[in-house]
Amino acid sequence: MMPFIIKNLPILIVITPLMFSLIVAVLNNNRLAWTFSTFASFLTMIFTILLCFEVSYKSNISYYLGNWPPPLGIEYVIDRISIIPIMIVSVIGLIATLFAHNFFTLEIDEKLVSKTYSLWLLTIAGLIGLITTADAFNLFVFLEISSLSAVALVALGSKVDRKALVAGYNYLILGAVGATFYVIGVGLLYGVTGTLNMGDLAQKIPALGLNKSVIVAFTFMMLGIMVKAAVFPLHIWLPNAYAYAPSPVSVLLAATSTKVSIYIIVRISYTIFGSSYEIYSFESLRYILLYLAILAMFAGTIMAIFEKDVKKLLAHSSVAQIGYIVLGISLATSTGIASSFIHLINHALIKAGLFMSIVAMGYYTLKRIDVKTIAGLGRQLPITFFSFVICALSLAGLPLTVGFISKLYLIKAAYISEGIWLPFLILVSSALSLIYIWKLIEGLWYNEKSLKIEKIKELPEIYLPLLVIAFLNIYFGVDASLIIDNSFIASDALMSGIK
Amino acid sequence: MIDQIFGVWNYWIVFILMMIGLYIVISKKSLLKKIVGLAIFQTSVFLLYITFGKIAGGTAPILTDNLNEIYSNPLPHVLILTAIVVGVATTALGLALTVRINKAYGTINEDEISASDLVEYHEKYLEDKK
Repeated sequence: MMPFIIKNLPILIVITPLMFSLIVAVLNNNRLAWTFSTFASFLTMIFTILLCFEVSYKSNISYYLGNWPPPLGIEYVIDRISIIPIMIVSVIGLIATLFAHNFFTLEIDEKLVSKTYSLWLLTIAGLIGLITTADAFNLFVFLEISSLSAVALVALGSKVDRKALVAGYNYLILGAVGATFYVIGVGLLYGVTGTLNMGDLAQKIPALGLNKSVIVAFTFMMLGIMVKAAVFPLHIWLPNAYAYAPSPVSVLLAATSTKVSIYIIVRISYTIFGSSYEIYSFESLRYILLYLAILAMFAGTIMAIFEKDVKKLLAHSSVAQIGYIVLGISLATSTGIASSFIHLINHALIKAGLFMSIVAMGYYTLKRIDVKTIAGLGRQLPITFFSFVICALSLAGLPLTVGFISKLYLIKAAYISEGIWLPFLILVSSALSLIYIWKLIEGLWYNEKSLKIEKIKELPEIYLPLLVIAFLNIYFGVDASLIIDNSFIASDALMSGIK
Repeated sequence: MIDQIFGVWNYWIVFILMMIGLYIVISKKSLLKKIVGLAIFQTSVFLLYITFGKIAGGTAPILTDNLNEIYSNPLPHVLILTAIVVGVATTALGLALTVRINKAYGTINEDEISASDLVEYHEKYLEDKK
């Protein structure tokens, strides 16, 4: 039994949530549906941990679907690079599933709850599949599995606010256009190379030299994925989708979906086009993505400062944080990529914690959380507030939190390759982000009226997952060696592949 | 000149369909028309793939007595089968959302939807002030 599982781990992490989503869809009992989903995400997490051990001494696991060897068959590759996003998705997936039950029963029609869990597991399966696959077309299929189920999840927020429907619709249209752009790119690449396997593509592209079809293909693929990754200015769908989605969905999407798309940007630039890196990826990274990332840092932060709705505020801040991550990638140095992997992990922890504490406040007070309704809530909900403050300070990048570690490495990488002006811009935008963070903390804690109000009883099933996230924020802030070492191994592996 | 237009006829059709689809998605206000535009846009990509795979005079890739038979590449067709399924799912989800939006707002015009949201926002604002 065990060798069989070990041998098939790369597919098991995708199949487990996929199969359980079918089982969950036909269940009538909501509690049972939740138990099954928790079990499925727990199993996925176990498989991922086993896979971590496998990868740590094999460094590269190649799995042939149906035993068809590539380039004919579909290949799944787990290496030191892809294990990082897989770990993010499965850990956050488990924590968010544990956290989800109370919110889904409150915010969604009772009849639809078990179907919601089905979509939920489908999203997780799609996201993990996106990371593991090494086949350019299979990637598109997983892209659509994850984004279509995510759209349906976002639209389920319509019981609370009808704007969720429009947000879901816009996400669908933009996402579908982005995915179709990606398919055009893949089609053109297939037309000139005759292969879809990423490793095989990387071998065949250099022989073509500076080919017009390949340039167009590269542009289409990058643009399509940039829509999914919400890189400024293609982020229009993101704030509303995160703000009006049911609470647990905001947590899951904010922490995982854009991260996975950014990972695909890395894969396209450094794996598929890594062999002819100088011709295609380098210029697009250094001359386009770098400046878009800087714009995103400021645009997201400034939008967040003027935003009143707290969930939307966090979504705008996500746009800015995606800017930081893309900035690291676009520096095109080993330290730069490592810093963006560090921030990829850290931002998943930070945003999951922030969204979880904010939606928990919304759950206790049964109100939409905006800058006015939060007044004094911190005193009523001390545990939730405590976790919120830790994650918020981590977002700002205070020492002893994970946010500090990633800012440190990002600034170092920026200084090495661009000189003093880029670290300066990063520091300015971090300082600006303190404005909205302080606005929230001040609103939550300092309010005269709140002194008279009694404390609200906090539920352990909500605050325990939240405390785990807050603890991880502190733990990796004090001892970040695990994150840093693995990020540097990943970035070195990526940089060794390029020519 | 003639060769440039008619020799790559399929690609011209792909290009025209793609632009029509994308234009409809961007410019139309009706949510329903946007979905139609999206479907046209996706169809143009299907046609692009199939054009890659087709060889003039080639048959289906089935083993016959004649070993020198020219046959078309079957892979793009199979890929497009998958993409068509994805396209159908996208259209279905989009239409389902449009129905729900029509129920919630009483309209599927983008401008009227944002106007209705704005009215709701102002009413809530006035209520809060009281």
